[in-house]
Amino acid sequence: MTEAHHEEHHDKLPFWRHYIFSTDHKIIGMQYGLTALVFLFFGFCLMLLMRWQLAYPGKPLPIAFLTNWLGESRMPGGVMAPEFYNQLGAMHGTIMVFLGVVPLAVGAFGNYLVPLQVGAQDMAFPKLNMSSYWVYFIGGVVMLGSFFVPGGSAQSGWTSYPPLSVITPQSHSLFTGQSLWLIGMVFLITSSLLGSVNTITTIIQLRAKGLTWMRLPFFVWAQLVTGFLLLLAFPALEAAGVMQLMDRMANTSFFLPSGLVVGGKALNVSGGGSALLWQHLFWFLAHPEVYVLILPAMGIVAEVIANNTRKPLWGYKSLVYSVIFLGFMSFVVWAHHMFLTGMGTAINAFFQTTTMIISIPSIVILTALILSLWGGSIRFNVPMLFALAFLPMFGIGGLTGLPLGLASADIHLHDTYYVIGHFHYVVAPGTLFALFAGIYYWFPKVSGKQMNDFLGKLHFWGSLVFMNGIFMPMFIVGMAGVSRRPKRPLPEQGHVAFGVGPGGHSALLHRELLLEPFRRTEGCQRQSMGGHDPRMGHPDSAATWEFPECSGSVPWPLRVQRTR
Amino acid sequence: MSTAIEIPYNSTERPDTGLYNAKLGIWLFLASEVMLFGALFSTYVLLRTGAETWEHGAEFLNVPLATINTLVLIISSVTMVMSWASLKMKNLARYKFFMGLTILCGVGFLVIKSFEYAHKFETGLWPSTSTFMAIYFTMTGLHGLHVIGGMIVNSYLWGPGSKMWKTDPERFTNRIEVAGLYWHFVDLVWIFLFPVLYLLPGK
Amino acid sequence: MSDTHHEDVQSHVKTYIKVFVALAVGTLITVLASNIHLGIILGIIVALIIATVKGSLVAAFFMHLSAERKMIYWVLVLTATFVVVMVGLIMFARQDQQGRQQGIFAVPQGHVPAHPAE
Repeated sequence: MTEAHHEEHHDKLPFWRHYIFSTDHKIIGMQYGLTALVFLFFGFCLMLLMRWQLAYPGKPLPIAFLTNWLGESRMPGGVMAPEFYNQLGAMHGTIMVFLGVVPLAVGAFGNYLVPLQVGAQDMAFPKLNMSSYWVYFIGGVVMLGSFFVPGGSAQSGWTSYPPLSVITPQSHSLFTGQSLWLIGMVFLITSSLLGSVNTITTIIQLRAKGLTWMRLPFFVWAQLVTGFLLLLAFPALEAAGVMQLMDRMANTSFFLPSGLVVGGKALNVSGGGSALLWQHLFWFLAHPEVYVLILPAMGIVAEVIANNTRKPLWGYKSLVYSVIFLGFMSFVVWAHHMFLTGMGTAINAFFQTTTMIISIPSIVILTALILSLWGGSIRFNVPMLFALAFLPMFGIGGLTGLPLGLASADIHLHDTYYVIGHFHYVVAPGTLFALFAGIYYWFPKVSGKQMNDFLGKLHFWGSLVFMNGIFMPMFIVGMAGVSRRPKRPLPEQGHVAFGVGPGGHSALLHRELLLEPFRRTEGCQRQSMGGHDPRMGHPDSAATWEFPECSGSVPWPLRVQRTR
Repeated sequence: MSTAIEIPYNSTERPDTGLYNAKLGIWLFLASEVMLFGALFSTYVLLRTGAETWEHGAEFLNVPLATINTLVLIISSVTMVMSWASLKMKNLARYKFFMGLTILCGVGFLVIKSFEYAHKFETGLWPSTSTFMAIYFTMTGLHGLHVIGGMIVNSYLWGPGSKMWKTDPERFTNRIEVAGLYWHFVDLVWIFLFPVLYLLPGK
Repeated sequence: MSDTHHEDVQSHVKTYIKVFVALAVGTLITVLASNIHLGIILGIIVALIIATVKGSLVAAFFMHLSAERKMIYWVLVLTATFVVVMVGLIMFARQDQQGRQQGIFAVPQGHVPAHPAE
């Protein structure tokens, strides 16, 4: 009798409300994390297919079931069709940035940790949080679905420049890859906007009493600035996306100049539009977007370094002011992506100057993180390895960005593999390393189990070697002039055997990353060590609030009651 | 173990910021909306300055109807703020009256808008006709979608959502204030859209 | 604002009515003004000034911005800055285009090579 009574008081939610449509920030964080990892893997597979084409152009793919499944339109005779290569390129970028890294960095880490680190019970708007995840999920489904419509997915680069993106594939139907890309982006943008409202409000309003601004963990500052970047920059792309949809479906000419001739026939549109308008609005978002990619990563690295050096961060104030300044500056540099569009010398000089200025706060942050190692008692566990590697890798990424930010040098380097090398260095051995560090660092806290240390080190060393192996040669071939988008180097760009080396490296990297899920299941089978294993970071040495909470001693989906 | 948690500052203000959560949330959201319509206005400016000729909206857009629509939205803004004031004066019936009027005004706006659109299509003016018509339909269309969204929220707050008045009247009043802020913003956008699209001289 | 008294709200109501009248009058004025042939520049300026005044009334009184907290002001100032940046720099970029440079953006023609160097 008492047991039944007890049961009623538990108010246990049914499975679908507890795990699927949960409003708990931890579960939503996990949902974002797992979904994002799946998308990262998918984007990785797209890249492998591209690699095959680059390494062995014109040769049929020897994996029979894959070529059969992809079909004759995509892989005629097993050889990659150029349109399919373009689809892979456009969707690899889109999926990695919008469906992979941002949801992992902001949706997963942000949602899980921000409330804990500010001492709040949950995010400010839990139901909005849940909606944000599901809107992201739908956006992802739409994006993936775009592969299966006639004409294939979007294929005009992740940047979707008109006029190409408006006329490719040429159709007024909603069910074309590019139009679905635009619809998918609207969902993803909405999800991010609602998420950023939530994050900012949580940080401002739900800080515990006594937690003043200059006592916030740097991770929280990074998420706050990231929230503002998403909030104020994304709407420009949303507006542009709506207009491109209008161009595709309602035959408008927002981005189509007069006198366009396609395939020998004049386009039947009113004309009078501006292709550069798209570029301005796209890059108005996309530049702050790259800081959205890096800021949470810097926040995570800061946390991991502070814990594993067993001392506070060096230069906390400089870190905070730098990240605020960085966020502000990121809105006034966008046209450095447009140096070759025929802009005049004055505007080029303006954007070049702001771009040079914006490198300063990044350097300050990197320096502060490096100096934080000084005088520390360093513990070289797996999260720390990733965090330490982040520093020089991000350094290379940032330094290689400098020639791109100088208009005159950019003339030579724009749209070459140099650019691909630059941004992959910042995102792959940069942000992804930081995110891996975060996963290894917080996994014991989240689940109460340890991850396998050997596999973690294997993951680290393999990733470090192979990622450098893939992306370093890109600077060289880029400076040699190889263009970035075509499915093989143009004849006048010379024969550069850059496919095999990086291809081999990426295959090995592929095997590396496949070990990830095994690591997690491995971890789940081990007993909890209660956080006393010095290799995994002693909770007492962490100064942030997510640690005192019981690690997995209560099954993690349930809330721990706060006694405060 | 209970899974219910209490988020602070939903009904009362946080002392140092002086805000309750939803108020900060809605202003942040409105900031993003300013950027959204700002991008569209900058498109208008760019397309207009880049064009050889630009239409004078009043010549083929229905200015009298749009003027009426402007007044309709302004009235709906007044009724919206009056509905909030009624709740501050603890009068649920007055709240329902004014909120109902707000929703009706919204319906009126959309009805008039659909007449306008239908007439445009009948006379062969489509978004594809010119960049002017493209920006006209896109901006008024997106604005219209925002009106619809606001009306859905207002209808919920007039109907099933009003149950919260019994359990947490302060929080419910705050919700109306927040819905009102959104609605006023929609009105504000139209206050700029109307002269820019309908009244500005051409070139 | 949970400490507002009944009489306080009543006086607010009077303000709302006054603002409504001002907005209605402003609407009629802007329509009438558009009928006067002021020329392009002046026409745009007049229309935008009236719209700004009306918008400010809505923001200040209906949206209670005149009595709002600093945090909200800062968010709006930040937003306004970035709108100006977005519109302004896009316009600046349009003005300063190769081959279309005039005035302060002028490039001396002699420096432009007739064709790419060998």
